[in-house]
Amino acid sequence: MTRAPARDYRLAKAGGHTAVLVFFVTFLAFPFYWMLITTFKTTQDLYNTSNNPYLFHDPPTLHHLQVLFDNTQYLQWIANTAFVGVIVVAITLALAVPAGYALARMTGAWAQNLGIAIFLTYLVPPTILFIPFSRIIGDLGLQDSLWSLVLVYPSFTVPFCTWLLMGFFKAIPRDLEEAAMIDGLSRFGAFVKVVIPISTAGMLTAVIFAFTLVTQEFVYGVTFITSSSSYTVSVGVPTFLVRGDVYFWGSMMGACLIVSVPIAIVYNLFVDRFVVGFTAGAIK
Amino acid sequence: MKRSPISATTVPGSIFPSILTRLADDDRWLLRVILAPAIIYIVLLVGIPFLMSLYYSLSDATVASRELHFIGLENFRRVVASHTFWVALGNTVIFTTVSQVLVIALANILAIALISDFRGKWLVRLLIILPWVAPISLSSIGWLWIFDSIYSIINWTARAAGLFDPHYWPIWLGQPRLAMASIITVQVWRMLPLATIIILAGLASIPQDIHDAAVSDGAGFWRHLFEITLPLVVPVGVVALLFGIVFTFTDLIVVLVLTRGGPYDTTQVLASWAYFTGIQGGDLAGGAAISLFLLPVLVAVSIVFLRFARRAEVA
Repeated sequence: MTRAPARDYRLAKAGGHTAVLVFFVTFLAFPFYWMLITTFKTTQDLYNTSNNPYLFHDPPTLHHLQVLFDNTQYLQWIANTAFVGVIVVAITLALAVPAGYALARMTGAWAQNLGIAIFLTYLVPPTILFIPFSRIIGDLGLQDSLWSLVLVYPSFTVPFCTWLLMGFFKAIPRDLEEAAMIDGLSRFGAFVKVVIPISTAGMLTAVIFAFTLVTQEFVYGVTFITSSSSYTVSVGVPTFLVRGDVYFWGSMMGACLIVSVPIAIVYNLFVDRFVVGFTAGAIK
Repeated sequence: MKRSPISATTVPGSIFPSILTRLADDDRWLLRVILAPAIIYIVLLVGIPFLMSLYYSLSDATVASRELHFIGLENFRRVVASHTFWVALGNTVIFTTVSQVLVIALANILAIALISDFRGKWLVRLLIILPWVAPISLSSIGWLWIFDSIYSIINWTARAAGLFDPHYWPIWLGQPRLAMASIITVQVWRMLPLATIIILAGLASIPQDIHDAAVSDGAGFWRHLFEITLPLVVPVGVVALLFGIVFTFTDLIVVLVLTRGGPYDTTQVLASWAYFTGIQGGDLAGGAAISLFLLPVLVAVSIVFLRFARRAEVA
């Protein structure tokens, strides 16, 4: 008597679970699936409205990717993004690693408040800062130069990474350094020789996060950079490839996909650590 | 403990080494010194531009002129007198409120579905995290193609499935209400992964014995959900909401790529209008004044965030 309803309930629950997951995966991943299909379809297949758009009526083509690589500055934009990303990551680590460590080891209420204050600056949006920045960058003679982005991007990577690293360093027991200091190392020596080697995971997280933020940034890029050879990839594709009435849909979708998927895969490996950074304070 | 400053008898040449020795010996000073560069960078690159933004909003700054004159609240008066301001303010509120209500509701459902173990979970997680990780200016172009006026896959699918009348062919980005619905959809799509993983972390941090106690007390699925699980997720849900509000209220990328504020400013938000006025229009003062209307909400969010941070310290 009781067994059948219990089984029905279990089945219904499993079915509901699957239905929920299918719905969300479809909603969230569909645009990328659609980019993939579009990238490899011939133009006439894409623009024939009587064709079923889900199917390939012509064999898959590499034409759009060829256009992207041969006739646009896509590779240059990727190189620009990598250039800015690497330098910003270096600046971020140089500033945020010592700062995060200092905040983790300082005592007293004001050190705690300072940590929170630094994090809050991450919430000050580019939307408020980009107008004065456009003048500052002009005054420094950096308009249209990738160095303008190198200068400005740490303004959002440093606050978040400092906060993230502070959490990591707090988790390292003070005893470890104190033991090293008793053995004759200075505080600085203990930091370099004891703390840094065991916090590579934390620093790698900061690296990935800073680099991801650089590739995603759009507002400053579109404000400071005006010539197409200096674009980063997140600015170049929407401003340059969309210009005019002719949309190269296949090439644009390929451009989006090629950048997005590798970042997503790397980010996915570190996502739990980012969540710790975002929620520090709310989960204890 | 307080140390006396470098003693007056020290000869000038030895000041430098004595500072170094002091740093190496005195922990508190060393920590302050290594903290300083980050603070200085943040003050220079966030603090100063922020103050400049305040000053610009009270001046007649333009791209064309190097001279600035203080004109008081004139820009704010001009902005508030503009019809576009009220449209953009209303749109910003709708854009933020509707998208964040949907994000929080959907994120809870998705997080609860993801907390149990099932085959292929890593793949599902990878797929659902994509929208948050992919550069939004690029994925918005994907949506531009999905919403295309002629080749929209949504329209084709809905018609093929018999959901749309054969004569109904909505122009998603060209009709005011549909355009607003479209940019809200894209914003929900983009913010949902972050909210989901934050809430998932909150769910995972609930001790298992609480769940066991609820089950052994005979709570069913829904009762367990509404009386045990969801109340315990509230704090972390608030954090997800705060980030969502900040990232949505100040965002201009989705609007810029998809509609450029159109048709007829019906999807113009404060952030995109500030961009069009300040950067494209060259009216730095006007743009700064518009963007400062975002500030009250940011301050409110920060205060709530601070309360949470404090509470977590006490606990």
